[in-house]
Amino acid sequence: MALLSYSIRRILMLIPVLLGMSIVVFSIIRAIPGDPALTILGEKASPKAIEDLREVLGLNNPWYVQYFDYLKQILSGDLGVSLHSGASITQEIGPYLAATTELTIVSMLFAVIIGVNAGILSAWKQNSWFDYSAMLIALIGVSMPIFWLGLMEQWFFAQELKWLPSVGRDNSRNPVEAITQFYILDTLLAGQWDQLWEVIKHLILPGVALGTIPMAIIARITRSSMLEVMRADYVRTARAKGMAQFWVVYKHALKNAMIPVLTVIGLQTGLLLGGAVLTETIFGWPGVGRYIFTAIGNRDYPVIQSGILVIATIFVLINLLVDLLYAFIDPRIKYR
Amino acid sequence: MKKRVLSAAMTSLLALAMLLTGCGGSQTAQKPAEQPKTEAPAPAATPAPEPAKSGPKQLIIGRGGDSVGLDPIQQTDGESFKVTENVFDTLVGYEEESTAVVPSLAEKWEIAPDGLTYTFHLRSGVKFHDGTDFNAEAVKWNFERWSDKSHPQHNKEGFEYYNDMFGGYKGDKDHVIKSVEAVDPQTVKFTLNRPLAPFIQNLGMSCFAIASPKAVQEMGVEKFNENPVGTGPFVFKEWKRNDTITLEKNPNYWNAGFPKLDKIVFKTIPENTARLTALTSGEIDMMDGLNPDDAQAVKDNQDLQLILRPSMNIGFVGFNVEKKPLDNPKVREALAYAINKPAIIEAFFAGLGQPAVNPMPPSIWGHNGNIKDREFSLDKAKQLLTEAGFPNGFKIKFWAMPVARPYMPDGVKIAEAIQQDLKKIGVEAEIVTMEWATYLEKTKAGEQEMFMLGWTGDNGDPDNFLATLLDKNNIGGNNRTRWANEDAHKLLMQAQSATTKEEREKLYLQVQEIIFKDVPMVPLAHSTPALAAKASIINYKPHPKGSESLEKVEFKE
Repeated sequence: MALLSYSIRRILMLIPVLLGMSIVVFSIIRAIPGDPALTILGEKASPKAIEDLREVLGLNNPWYVQYFDYLKQILSGDLGVSLHSGASITQEIGPYLAATTELTIVSMLFAVIIGVNAGILSAWKQNSWFDYSAMLIALIGVSMPIFWLGLMEQWFFAQELKWLPSVGRDNSRNPVEAITQFYILDTLLAGQWDQLWEVIKHLILPGVALGTIPMAIIARITRSSMLEVMRADYVRTARAKGMAQFWVVYKHALKNAMIPVLTVIGLQTGLLLGGAVLTETIFGWPGVGRYIFTAIGNRDYPVIQSGILVIATIFVLINLLVDLLYAFIDPRIKYR
Repeated sequence: MKKRVLSAAMTSLLALAMLLTGCGGSQTAQKPAEQPKTEAPAPAATPAPEPAKSGPKQLIIGRGGDSVGLDPIQQTDGESFKVTENVFDTLVGYEEESTAVVPSLAEKWEIAPDGLTYTFHLRSGVKFHDGTDFNAEAVKWNFERWSDKSHPQHNKEGFEYYNDMFGGYKGDKDHVIKSVEAVDPQTVKFTLNRPLAPFIQNLGMSCFAIASPKAVQEMGVEKFNENPVGTGPFVFKEWKRNDTITLEKNPNYWNAGFPKLDKIVFKTIPENTARLTALTSGEIDMMDGLNPDDAQAVKDNQDLQLILRPSMNIGFVGFNVEKKPLDNPKVREALAYAINKPAIIEAFFAGLGQPAVNPMPPSIWGHNGNIKDREFSLDKAKQLLTEAGFPNGFKIKFWAMPVARPYMPDGVKIAEAIQQDLKKIGVEAEIVTMEWATYLEKTKAGEQEMFMLGWTGDNGDPDNFLATLLDKNNIGGNNRTRWANEDAHKLLMQAQSATTKEEREKLYLQVQEIIFKDVPMVPLAHSTPALAAKASIINYKPHPKGSESLEKVEFKE
């Protein structure tokens, strides 16, 4: 019961958060210097054409009028129209969002699987050579510039070894017929196994580039969290009962050690969604990060606003999910 | 109760994740240490993709940006035209690698001696991709759509190029086209309100391509912009935004025997280096936007070839002649002497460019090749400065472009090089730079002193460079030097309404002399944009205007 009311309260809290977010996004964009009308029409435009376009776009209205117009629009499910392409954002953003989500999921799988296991093993074999080298790699991983890592991956695995493709989501010579826009799902649905393999290969390099930093962070958090839990009484008891070390670690200790790790995973997933710009640029990935990034260059206000709002909403929702999961996992946590 | 089920589910999910990685301690233990290697599959399993010999002949082109839209009249950007050139045809075309006008959808035409009537005889038997006929009515409909603001398929933001090239829209004071009549199905007659010398030249521009009236009417302006229907060599197939645009062969193309390819895919790869990697690894067949620095690597690679696009641009250093001391022509000339063009081209264009003397490149007719450029000479510069009353130089703000453009690969670095030379003659140049859109806005408003900028030609007409960049009517627009020279203005206006090319050429030669003497700008370079392609690609003829039809391109057997 307490849990239910907590959940409802937690969900209701989303309203002011999202509203606040929309105001912040709206104001930040207005702070970017430069006239969107000029940027749309380009360096060859005449002053009259620019003035006409400003009028058409409503850029001459006071900012609060523009804001309320915008709010009204999103509440009716309309994300607006891209100034640049003239297409509806609600429709346009779908494929981008799917592309980024697919990449994010793969990156997080990579980061969680490698990161959590490396962290566990480091804690288990504390102060061993494995512990030291894993933590060294984690340190390098955290401080590695994604841009550099991406280009190195491409140079080595695509150009030199020719093992993996360097850019895009699929092989352009044998393109995937998009149904859901999630290419792994699409190729599975269509039963196109060769295409599925291509799609997986295309996911590897950007997935690793994007997943390296969260992997390193997760490894470090898991390790320290595990170390703490392993010193707990109940773990000592389990050991004393003669339970195999493997089961002690994976069955008893892990569940409790996972709570802080879960927070980090949630946070990192949100960060990845928004922070994919570099990876998407290097790997020619048609994702939402690049969509927004290009829109910033074009002063495409509606796309920037709606894009960031969508990303931020997902971020907030992931955090909500993490918070709710806590409540299920750890009965000791009391919520008021 | 519920709680326990859920927490059990969570734990088992986690356990599953662990299992998937293989829980064997020692095996996993190796993983992080050799992480990149374990991620790559065995080499034998995946050979580099190559186009199948017997399969469809497809060309994959990597480029830096996606198209904005595919209805040519709504567009102004080069990436859009690269695609529309292949889906649409214009009434007249340009010769390969030059801007000389040649027949296209119009086989021949007559121009009345007063320059007010143009009669076009259209190619017969041409069909749009949707199966409708191309004829005089279709031409008429397209021009009415473009010129008439009240036309149902006119865009609410206007058709910018139409407005600029033909003096506004129907009913405007300077509008050029009075009427378009379909005399018979194969003949269309244009009547003009006033003579416009570059009229025919303008009709060849990518934006004035003829669209299928039926398709535009049925789909509406916005949908047509994403599903173009023309008469061109390739038929639009699919657009995955920011990823690929796919075109397929038009089997009924009027130019018999073409196109040679079955399919073209335009693939967006924003990063220059990544694009070259994709070319080297065989994922794409060709790319544009090659870094000048990478040209040598392409030349050295036997599997690749370097393709150079004829230059139709200008990168320049401009002087705002309204600001002191740049209002003094002697000062401007002194600064011109102090700019070492050959060294800049060598260092920043990797040799892919030529020093510029005039504001327009030699590839355009009317270019004055008789003007001899000033040699780089700091002594001469110093002497002129002394004569102008600045023996110890002065301080000045030098605005540098924040972005790379084909005509200016690295604005700030080039500005720094110039700054070093200016220092030697006592001129302290402070480099100023800002975000690109702001830069354009502020230079338009005339806030700058000394600045750099450039221009890429639209249609191969001298007017598109000389008047656009330096006529006094364009102050507040593209004339950012704010140079208002009456003699030059008179000549430029005369040239706009002159009816013969010879007459116009004479006038432009004079204008260029005045410009050279009065130095409102120092033309730096005409760059040569570079493309890289697989060595097996033949008949790729890059056009100076930046986009071209690929109907003749094929793979060597």
